[in-house]
Amino acid sequence: MSKLATSYDHIRDNPRFQALVSRRNRHAYGLTALMIAVYFTYILLIAFRPQWLAMPLANGMVTPWGIVLGLAIIVLTVGVTSFYVWRANHEFDREAGEIRKDSLR
Amino acid sequence: MSPRLYFLLLCAFLWPVLGWATGLDFIPLHRRETNWPAISMFAFFVGATVWLSRWAAARARAAVDFYTGSRGISGFENGLAIAGDYMSAASFLGISGLVFVNGFDGLIFSIGWLVGWPVVTFLMAERLRNLGKFTFADVAAYRFAQMPVRAFAASGSLAVVIFYLVAQMVGAGQLVQVLFGIEYAYAVLIVGIVMMAYVLLGGMTSTTWVQIVKAVLLLVGTTLMALGVLLQFDFNPEALFARAVAVHADGGAIMAPGGLIRDPLSAISVGLALMFGTAGLPHVLMRFFTVPNAREARKSVAWATGWIAYFYILTFIIGFGAIVNLLPQPAQFYVDGQVSQGLLGGANMAAVHLAKALGGDLFLGFISAVALATILAVVAGLTLSGATAVAHDLYATLWRRGRVSMDEERQVSKMTTLGLGMVAVALGILFEQQNVAYIVMLAFSLACSANFPVLFMSVLWRNCTTRGASVGGFIGLLLALGLTLLSAPVWENVFGQPVGSAPFPYASPAIFSMPAAFLSIWLISRFDQSPQAVHERALFDEQLIRSETGFGMVNAGRR
Repeated sequence: MSKLATSYDHIRDNPRFQALVSRRNRHAYGLTALMIAVYFTYILLIAFRPQWLAMPLANGMVTPWGIVLGLAIIVLTVGVTSFYVWRANHEFDREAGEIRKDSLR
Repeated sequence: MSPRLYFLLLCAFLWPVLGWATGLDFIPLHRRETNWPAISMFAFFVGATVWLSRWAAARARAAVDFYTGSRGISGFENGLAIAGDYMSAASFLGISGLVFVNGFDGLIFSIGWLVGWPVVTFLMAERLRNLGKFTFADVAAYRFAQMPVRAFAASGSLAVVIFYLVAQMVGAGQLVQVLFGIEYAYAVLIVGIVMMAYVLLGGMTSTTWVQIVKAVLLLVGTTLMALGVLLQFDFNPEALFARAVAVHADGGAIMAPGGLIRDPLSAISVGLALMFGTAGLPHVLMRFFTVPNAREARKSVAWATGWIAYFYILTFIIGFGAIVNLLPQPAQFYVDGQVSQGLLGGANMAAVHLAKALGGDLFLGFISAVALATILAVVAGLTLSGATAVAHDLYATLWRRGRVSMDEERQVSKMTTLGLGMVAVALGILFEQQNVAYIVMLAFSLACSANFPVLFMSVLWRNCTTRGASVGGFIGLLLALGLTLLSAPVWENVFGQPVGSAPFPYASPAIFSMPAAFLSIWLISRFDQSPQAVHERALFDEQLIRSETGFGMVNAGRR
């Protein structure tokens, strides 16, 4: 157990670990903020300006902007999630693995 | 105890509930003839899934397997299973029913339930995988005192699970009612019995596989339905919407927000609940422990997000398809042939009736079977996570202080399953008149006000302490629960109070209860100077390292 505890100290003081945490957090929190901003803009439009979302795409059409924007948010969600996972699996995981190896040396 | 004995016990307990419900005679009966083609399809499917459950159960011996399916599930498979858990009766029947009644507002639910996934992926999934064992309480209790945190986590899980279960029971009950032409209360009872057979005979391994099979079937079924609808309009959504506006009583209003969510505060509150509730669902969080590592956990959420997004777009089309196909044919689909009398079996059945309109009785049978299997599998996952909360968190860790054999823990988990089943049947009968998506939204309100704040703060904030997490969590949970009981759907429709008398006027408590939880966790932790708190803050570094790198996981992951 004591050996494990030293390893924890070792990892914590490893500058690569600190860099990884801050880089990954920037990535994750940035994308989270993006999703929250997009989604709550939509929710606030529903709450305060529903008539904007009800506007048809063009004169004589019934399809409103609200549905198109809604679909766009759905597509964006999938895109952003895939981007995060791609970067995490290619970049962050390799780094975390190397840090783990470092600590056991 | 043998499974057969459980059945007998179960029936003995459930009959009085049924007698009470039918005796009160408040269940509107829409008796119809039994639909044999549909029933044959259904029987075939249930037989197949029970066989699958038994086959998997024979391979799941250790309790580790029973809970989390051996951790041998790949990211892609687990993604389908998560999607299977998420694409429940509420999503399929509820959203299409909401769209059928209100048009646009159904889309708000679809979007809200989807945008929760990136948050789960970015902030929670891999950290949970690196920290957790069986339940999300393991994560919250990583550096905190076991007693209070587990007591909270188990309560939070149970509250969410019960509301979620009720939604599935209502959906399933109405479906069986329409399909077999039997009374609603009997239908709910049958669902209750089948669902418990599922969990008691299978466990998590089987439900993981059943979820996968079922997710694929549901995706195929809904794809066929949406194609059928779009084919009627030469794949031109504009023509579909134009026809819907022409036949719907509300006309152009169905293309604008406001049918269901009428005031700004409700819109924001529902928006919060839908987005952040996902990160607090015990049965979904549990799925992150079934994959071998953080990488697979991440991949599984990405796959799940894709499938769920696709599915939600389909349910929206299906809802509009139901408007244009069912409304012009009241004689076939409405009570007494009158639109004013409501859809047969309730508005939750819009998608099911649409299947009949599109593809006749056989397609109706297929879709009903898929919907029912969906519900059963979701219910199994829910029941299991509720049972795990009681058996692992309350009984084994709190009550017996970890001095308990896996077999004993399993017994408790099975007894809890029975108890949950009974509660779900009773509440399912009471909640008959509610839209199922709406009931699930209430479960999300609880999840985002209790489980999510505690998880978020304990994993990401160094200064969070036991006292802050457990007291703050309970404040959020109780506030959300109390306001839900005082809101119109429960106060008026379930407690039978006069319309307009509900003390809480908004659609969801989240806008009050979620900030209350965060604020109290923050305040209480901030002013917590106990030696315990100092110790817990010191442990944060270790937790951080493990959550970020997975280091130490192997050492701590087994008992």
